[in-house]
Amino acid sequence: MTDAPTPTVSVRAAITRALGEALAGDERVVLLGEDIADPGGGVFGVTRGLSTTYGADRVRDTPISEQAIVGAAVGAALGGLRPVAEIMFMDFLAVCLDQLANHAAKLRYMSGGLTPVPMVVRTAVGGGLGVGAQHSQMLEAWLTHVPGLQVVVPSTPTDARGLLHSAIASDDPTVFIEQVPLLSFKAPLEDRPVPLGLAEVKRPGTDLTVVTYGRQVHDALAVATTLAEEEGIELEILDLRSLAPLDTDTLLESVGRTGRAVVLHEAVVTGGFGAELAALLSEHLFGQLRAPVLRVGATPTPLPYAKSLERLALPGRDRLLQAVRRCMAHPG
Amino acid sequence: MPERTDPGRDTTVLVDLYRTMARIVACDQVLRDAISGGQVALAYYSPRGQEATAAGFAAALRPGDSLVTTYRGLHDQLARGVPLKPLLAEMLGRAGGTGKGKGGAMHIVWPDVGLHLTTGIVGSGLPVAAGLAWAAQRHGAGQVTLVSFGDGATNIGAFHEAANLAAVWELPLILLCQNNGYGEHTPVAGHQRIASVADRAAAYAIPGVTVDGNDPTAVLDAVTGAVDRARAGGGPTLVEAVTYRLYGHVFGDQMGYVDPAELAAAWQAEPLERFRLRLVEGGVLTDEEALAIVEAATAEVDEALADVLTWPEPGPEELLTDVTGFPGESP
Ligand SMILES: Cc1ncc(C[n+]2csc(CCOP(=O)(O)OP(=O)(O)O)c2C)c(N)n1
Ligand SMILES: [Mg+2]
Repeated sequence: MTDAPTPTVSVRAAITRALGEALAGDERVVLLGEDIADPGGGVFGVTRGLSTTYGADRVRDTPISEQAIVGAAVGAALGGLRPVAEIMFMDFLAVCLDQLANHAAKLRYMSGGLTPVPMVVRTAVGGGLGVGAQHSQMLEAWLTHVPGLQVVVPSTPTDARGLLHSAIASDDPTVFIEQVPLLSFKAPLEDRPVPLGLAEVKRPGTDLTVVTYGRQVHDALAVATTLAEEEGIELEILDLRSLAPLDTDTLLESVGRTGRAVVLHEAVVTGGFGAELAALLSEHLFGQLRAPVLRVGATPTPLPYAKSLERLALPGRDRLLQAVRRCMAHPG
Repeated sequence: MPERTDPGRDTTVLVDLYRTMARIVACDQVLRDAISGGQVALAYYSPRGQEATAAGFAAALRPGDSLVTTYRGLHDQLARGVPLKPLLAEMLGRAGGTGKGKGGAMHIVWPDVGLHLTTGIVGSGLPVAAGLAWAAQRHGAGQVTLVSFGDGATNIGAFHEAANLAAVWELPLILLCQNNGYGEHTPVAGHQRIASVADRAAAYAIPGVTVDGNDPTAVLDAVTGAVDRARAGGGPTLVEAVTYRLYGHVFGDQMGYVDPAELAAAWQAEPLERFRLRLVEGGVLTDEEALAIVEAATAEVDEALADVLTWPEPGPEELLTDVTGFPGESP
């Protein structure tokens, strides 16, 4: 070990780096997607440089054919490769969900274990960018509802790199969600593995657990700092990182200790992953909860375009603060 | 001595084709009898009438090649060499089935013979097959993938996306359409305007050929051409095998939507008897030899089914396994 300072990099750079490391380290790793090859390297530049270094036959541009992209990834995985497919925007999962939900997710089970499907789908979410309802929606609940799929949402460069490596190494299909506003977020890139199914306490606290993931982790941390300084309320911030498999041990331990929980996610609240978390908490911790579990997420609307409305639709620090206050006001 | 059938063609190939077809027909018959007799219950999509297509394409493949098929896949699976008992056991939901009974009749896989997927979602095998072909292309050992699907499947987007991708990437893929005249209750003329499925190949600038799917050697030759081309790096071919679904869509189909004269004509020309006559008249097989092949096939399937019926269903410990390989997975 050297004492060289940990480099500060963006989430984008961390993902690019992980992909490059995977391509360099394992001949079976291949990338496919629309316009992922150079010079563009994907519409967000996440794969930039990779086709130049590793060849356009391993970092392969596809026609605009999401079913073929995900389906070919399933087939390539069955054929012994480790494909990493890119679906430009998560909303486009709607045109290829069959391959994910009926094939990638189910083939291991339906074959009694004969045909695991080691593949990754990376997909971007544009909420907050002002790109409207068809390029913005967090749809993780569609995926966590399907047994057999793994779903991860990184919040930092270190987690992005580590989770992507774990996803590629896994023998099962994993959807890796990249929230576009987070791609330029910079932080020190620590060289450590991040296994699937392991949540992280980002800030320890005693009064209430905010259960969150992805870019909302940073909103939660900001609210925690404010509340601690101004009101002496100590929030515990739990970054799930991996929604499936889910680290229920850490979740239940944290909320069991604080007795209060607010779930914060970017997705629409109705039928969202927060509903699953709230249900889990009430099933396991009914006697220990000092307040109902509250959920903070997007309004039940398609995401509006106008900045004024988009701001109102997406969950922000204000709404988290309100929910925390409501929860804390409960006599418990 | 009559003029021998198919001079220049190895007689063992011909006899093997007949044996494969006879085995498919026997298996189909035994299963339908077992369902009618109440011994087994399953949604069964009979491939009877399409046995020549399966025997023909399978004879064109080598070990190491991959196959993707559909719920109407029994003929393809048997022809490719999926072992009979695990195959029947899966159809019956037994622990000794290909998928421990957890996949079922529509989801037979046997990677040892390259059968990586049997799907129940119309058309969705094509993109997966393209991926298998991509893996083979990268592997560089000249392996090919054959994907079998119906006429109806050529109307779904997955067909188009996969055909186009395979064309653009020059994948070693054979797109084998088993045009049996119907998708469920809709005749081909009711679901497409073009005269032949093979015409679709033009849209991808790949070869498209139509063959008599009830003639095993015609299928063998057409698929061999496509396979040779794919192995040599020439990319995909769409092969349309024109055949017929003699028992309708699913077991119990009354086929009220089918013109009785059409059905009678199809039975008149059914592939197994047609091929038997050809081989017997051509001096490749005697009547007795042909009969012996059929009887051996029936005996094999009878014994297999009787045995598999005694096999246990999967135990409760199987419920939560094989969802993912994640340690400690379970709700
Ligand atoms: C995506 C999808 N749509 C509809 C069905 C219901 N379905 C099952 S088989 C079938 C007909 C398919 O016809 P074809 O592709 O010609 O195959 P065949 O059954 O004739 O072998 C339909 C509509 C399905 N399984 N999947
Ligand atoms: Mg059909």
